[in-house]
Amino acid sequence: MALSCVLEPALSGFNFENSTRNIVLENGSEEGKIKAPKPMKTGTTIAGVVYKDGVVLGADTRATSDEVVADKMCAKIHYIAPNIYCCGAGTAADTEKTTEILSSNLTIFSMNSGRNPRVVMAVNILQDMLFRYRGMIGAHLILGGVDCTGSHLYTVGPYGSMDKVPYLAMGSGNLPAMGILEDRFKANMDLEEAKSLVSDAIHAGIMSDLGSGNNIDLCVITKEGVDYIRPHKESPFNYKRQAKYKYKPGTTPVLTKTVTQVELELLDETVQMMETAGSS
Amino acid sequence: MSEEMFPEPEWLSEEVKTGTTIIAVTFDGGVVLGSDSRVSAGESVVNRVMNKLSPLHDKIYCALSGSAADAQTIAEIVNYQLDVHSIEVEDDPLVCSAATLVKNISYKYKEELSAHLIVAGWDRKKGGQVYATLNGLLSRQPFAIGGSGSFYIHGFVDAEYRKNMTKRESQEFVVNALTLAMGRDGSSGGVAYVVTIDKGGAEEKCILGNELPRFFDQ
Repeated sequence: MALSCVLEPALSGFNFENSTRNIVLENGSEEGKIKAPKPMKTGTTIAGVVYKDGVVLGADTRATSDEVVADKMCAKIHYIAPNIYCCGAGTAADTEKTTEILSSNLTIFSMNSGRNPRVVMAVNILQDMLFRYRGMIGAHLILGGVDCTGSHLYTVGPYGSMDKVPYLAMGSGNLPAMGILEDRFKANMDLEEAKSLVSDAIHAGIMSDLGSGNNIDLCVITKEGVDYIRPHKESPFNYKRQAKYKYKPGTTPVLTKTVTQVELELLDETVQMMETAGSS
Repeated sequence: MSEEMFPEPEWLSEEVKTGTTIIAVTFDGGVVLGSDSRVSAGESVVNRVMNKLSPLHDKIYCALSGSAADAQTIAEIVNYQLDVHSIEVEDDPLVCSAATLVKNISYKYKEELSAHLIVAGWDRKKGGQVYATLNGLLSRQPFAIGGSGSFYIHGFVDAEYRKNMTKRESQEFVVNALTLAMGRDGSSGGVAYVVTIDKGGAEEKCILGNELPRFFDQ
């Protein structure tokens, strides 16, 4: 497919290069069986809603690594273009990298052509890339933005499927969030209504899902600009550290100190002249 | 230990499929395509209003079923190829060209893809045509059904189809078939999308759940 991807040249047709490698890695011989590393997931609740003047995106801020909270204030709403933002659920590294690549591609495109990117272009590039990797990139993304054709909200799945919808939730907390959205969504809401709807949807996800939690971020995108509210609502359970955990120098007493000289033998010495750009 | 603390629901990592009912029927002067709107990932419904009737050209549509990503991508690729083709020949493409393009992709990548598209449309040479392209075969038929919900209505369509129906009768036939399938198949549901293609162009219609015909359901 002909797309103007400058950073990554688009290959023609389907690319199944990695399939055999993956199968070999997973099966392997008896001694050489390689266990695939478990990727860190952002058990997440993300949601988006199209309202009268634009799009509201929301996300929680917890990143988990198995059962430990790895990051309490993780930013899941990524910048793609001045008028397009993207929430990511799934494998943390994959969503980060994918959105960065997408953002670079779109910036180069808008410099090349002198026009602001459209949301549908971002979706096409994403879908193209994720389909080519056959689901190996674990990125579930919600893209929202406002361009000359209006306000749009899209979701792209890790296998490359795409849906265009007026309201949406993704991530492990998407079922409770979707319940709130299905109940209270109306077409053409105003700003305060839309913000409180998205915030309540994320809140439901945080309450009912172990992998989501901490604060709620919101991002409001309109024709005039972007309002990135981080955090929109702080968790009431922020604990302050009770004591300092840094050890003063001298806490551990030094008993003995031994210095050993390492004998190095000079084997070979070569001198290479450097080409310095001089006027002579 | 981590698996028991956070038993991740399976549908989170399942591939998104369109367990589906799709149907296309020829009538005297064109074709009618119909589909349901449910997209599932395992046991969870990901999108309950997806339009599975995708335009390949002005008067040629295709109905998607199987893996959502594979089907959408095939439809996009063929849309692009048909555009190039119609510019080269400076005329509207034939329905059998569109179907052949879909068949080529389905056959060449048979092992890797799992999507079944029904191609239907109208052209000047042969009027309304319906082509089935399951797994790489190309077969012109008076009507075709596909998707997981189609198993429940094979008997119905075989018994009720008549040649040379009028446009109205074909639309009713399609809507009835879709309703019956959606009533029995768990992976089909939502609203019904119907597209009618004839000499004048393509007309899309969406029939909401409460406007569908009612059958025996006690």
